[in-house]
Amino acid sequence: MSNRLLTFNIFRYDPNTPEIEPKMQKFQVEEEERMTLFIVLNKIREEQDPTLKFDFVCRAAICGSCAMLVNGKPTLACKTLTKDLPNETTLMPLPAFKLLGDLSVDTGTWFREMSIKTEAWVHTDKVFDPKAEEERMSNDQALAIYEAERCIECGCCIAGCATVNIRPDFLGAAGINRVARFMLDPRDERTEQEYFEVVGSDDGVFGCVGLMACDDNCPIGIPLQGQLSYVRRKMAVAGWRR
Amino acid sequence: MSNYDIFSSDVLVVGAGLAGERAAVAAAEKGLNVIILSLVPPRRSHSTAAQGGMQASLGNSAKGLGDSPDVHFVDTVKGSDWGCEQDVARIFVENAPIAVRQMSYWGVPWNRVVAGKKILHDGTEIEDSPEKEGLITARDFGGTAKWRTCYTSDGTGHTLQFVMDSIVIKLGITVHDRTEAISIIHDGDRCYGVVARCLRTGKLRVYTAKSTVIATGGYGRLYGASTNAIINEGSGMFIAQETGVVPLGNMEAVQFHPTGIVPSWILVTEGARGDGGYLRDKNLHRFMPDYEPVKKELASRDVVSRRMMQHIRKGYGVESPYGEHLWLDIRHLGEKHINTNLREIANICRNFAGIDPVHDLIPVRPTQHYSMGGIRTNAQGMAYGLEGLFAIGEAACWDLHGFNRLGGNSLAETVVAGMVIGEEIAKYTKDASYNVSTKLLDEFVGQQEDRIDALISNRNGSENVYEIRREMEKTLSTYVGIFRNGKDLQTAVNKLDELYQRSLKVGIRSGGKGADPELASALRIKGMVRLAYCIAAGALNRTESRGSHFREDYPKRDDANWLKRTLAYWPVGASKPELKYEPVKITELPPGDRGYGEASAQASAGKA
Ligand SMILES: Cc1cc2nc3c(=O)[nH]c(=O)nc-3n(C[C@H](O)[C@H](O)[C@H](O)COP(=O)(O)OP(=O)(O)OC[C@H]3O[C@@H](n4cnc5c(N)ncnc54)[C@H](O)[C@@H]3O)c2cc1C
Ligand code: SF4
Ligand code: SF4
Ligand code: FES
Repeated sequence: MSNRLLTFNIFRYDPNTPEIEPKMQKFQVEEEERMTLFIVLNKIREEQDPTLKFDFVCRAAICGSCAMLVNGKPTLACKTLTKDLPNETTLMPLPAFKLLGDLSVDTGTWFREMSIKTEAWVHTDKVFDPKAEEERMSNDQALAIYEAERCIECGCCIAGCATVNIRPDFLGAAGINRVARFMLDPRDERTEQEYFEVVGSDDGVFGCVGLMACDDNCPIGIPLQGQLSYVRRKMAVAGWRR
Repeated sequence: MSNYDIFSSDVLVVGAGLAGERAAVAAAEKGLNVIILSLVPPRRSHSTAAQGGMQASLGNSAKGLGDSPDVHFVDTVKGSDWGCEQDVARIFVENAPIAVRQMSYWGVPWNRVVAGKKILHDGTEIEDSPEKEGLITARDFGGTAKWRTCYTSDGTGHTLQFVMDSIVIKLGITVHDRTEAISIIHDGDRCYGVVARCLRTGKLRVYTAKSTVIATGGYGRLYGASTNAIINEGSGMFIAQETGVVPLGNMEAVQFHPTGIVPSWILVTEGARGDGGYLRDKNLHRFMPDYEPVKKELASRDVVSRRMMQHIRKGYGVESPYGEHLWLDIRHLGEKHINTNLREIANICRNFAGIDPVHDLIPVRPTQHYSMGGIRTNAQGMAYGLEGLFAIGEAACWDLHGFNRLGGNSLAETVVAGMVIGEEIAKYTKDASYNVSTKLLDEFVGQQEDRIDALISNRNGSENVYEIRREMEKTLSTYVGIFRNGKDLQTAVNKLDELYQRSLKVGIRSGGKGADPELASALRIKGMVRLAYCIAAGALNRTESRGSHFREDYPKRDDANWLKRTLAYWPVGASKPELKYEPVKITELPPGDRGYGEASAQASAGKA
């Protein structure tokens, strides 16, 4: 394989040293077989610039740590192969989240706040009995919950969403999908009116303009379009009943 | 005097994986004030990556009927090659069903029993009973007599971790993410908390607590080529050992999986071989039948791993920029089968290797997968040597896995240990009083400040952290892998001895400002080399084969001399580990044959 020399223009800024202006920095790396951006960025840090900040944890598209803008598109860097990239690539941090430095952003805090706002846990008055058999559920129900639960909190859907720019408190597709997950769960005893308090506003489902950038960007293919309209339908009815 | 922020709580949990979060929940439910530290947001912990499932003898599925804690116990002890603590295994198997059901109550969407007839892979017909419809079902895993592994599709770890974290959020437990514990505060008898470094600003902080719990996961990254997340660097283990008084148990017990994909080392599950995939060498020769004429590619996990490495050593490996590897060939299974039954494998190949297994060979090599060893604790989870220090999950050697853990038993361990030991921690903490002097805190922070200064100013030298790290990884992978022998292990020990000396002379190039990533690596390297040293030294000393520890020069298990656990200490100021031993506790099942068949006299490790 004749190796390409790849060029990466990488965003550099450390909020701890605001006196140093943000800039783009150019790095060159020789392409290798089966190379991913995970390999590229580590090579750059180990061989060229040890100060470069970026986040990877699982490097297997499971943990949601490594989302960034690759040539403008929000995506997971760990599963981006260099063979699918042009000779020159721009890497930017995800917008909409707090920048921690270079390509590293604070998605964790955003998602935790979203969980608190949506009270993303099973609400029930039942008490766990360690001696009892588990409550039954149909397998189809379990699979439907899992379908919504698959979100890895990477933030790609948030980063590409038009509404997020206008409404900083917008729950985004990930937040609305999270609500759908609990609505689907028979163990959660919240009523529709209670859910309405959480998502029945312009910061919730009614802020969404439905252009579906989120759906296109979700790297693990959560059917966000379907989840959004499911919650919107339910909330429209709940709102009407108020 | 140093200037630093101090945070105090009743219980400090270092690590927000499943084990740490479950223990935090147990303590918080008892009204205790808990702080959790984590390198990353909890939901990004490595527990999230587990796909296969969690063992518990519910006995709901057709092939699980008649299962019980007793059967689970026997499987676990055999799996461990009699290296486990049987009293601990007993606590574990009795509580696993409760743990699974509680996770269900909290929201895990476990797959459920669907009544009716089904045809299995091999053509046998089974029938799930209508009476069990809707209860939690289970799948088959290696080394288990019954189908016992509860699962949520291919995302068991993910759903468990998300649900657990939702309870942590609900209870309002404080989590400081992007915070790394870098030293344990103690006076030689009692633990008082940790010194931590904020990975956002680089500032040092002190966390004091009545009880400190290490739940930092495994050390896969010592090997470089590992299926583990890149944050699994064993830091909880080495800061505990650094106290000089806390030993690590059975560090030489390291589990390998035959098919990590090259070069990302992401796991390709056993399903590929189960469905008829072949292993081929550089000449495209299918070599497994030469070594294992009966079981071929389907010999147990550790046997296949050993044969692959043997074949590579004979010169049949495929050269690549990422080292030699072999091929996994599933092309003959056909496009339809690959894109439906093996869809997950096909996706991994496409996403991470850029190859299409319908037309291409898959590059694979045996890869480090799980650390059975860890901080040695008693049955109540308290570390040997330091009052008030606990350890749980993969970071601990509680010791239910002995020399080989069964697939599905480690997720179960995290939740069961979190629950059971969490209760013990709560009990201990309620009665505990402690009194820590500012002088002690200053002293421990001062030591860390001094280390950081030395690294930044290159005061001790300018060794490159990444180079030492690569050499350490290579040393372990080459000489302390699947096949071990006295000569190689001695080479490894010598090399690690040299690397240890070099690790004391690291300096950094980046300037070390704020949350500098090179500084973070430099702070870890000494501890990582120490762990590597303990693995190699423990393996060199253990002149027998047991579970995953296989000595070519001592191929048999030797109960007369080695039915004991290695305890690796690193006395303060010493330049090498000190190995001691303790007997293994046998309460119910005396050592016997594992019964895994002729070619697989060793461990059968289970899937994923
Ligand atoms: C690919 C793969 C698949 C697997 N599949 C299965 C399976 O199907 N079934 C099964 O039973 N087991 C499986 N396992 C094993 C199982 O997933 C792990 O053993 C288990 O999840 C470990 O959990 P833990 O809570 O101990 O640690 P982890 O989940 O690794 O969590 C460690 C935590 O500690 C934190 N931390 C680490 N160091 C520090 C520090 N110095 N300061 C502060 N925080 C720190 C991290 O941020 C993290 O939050 C699999 C493992 C792998 C690699
Ligand atoms: S459809 Fe709604 S949530 Fe999705 S990107 Fe558009 S505005 Fe955002
Ligand atoms: S919904 Fe998809 S894109 Fe959005 S955070 Fe979850 S996984 Fe990422
Ligand atoms: S590193 Fe986990 S999703 Fe990319």
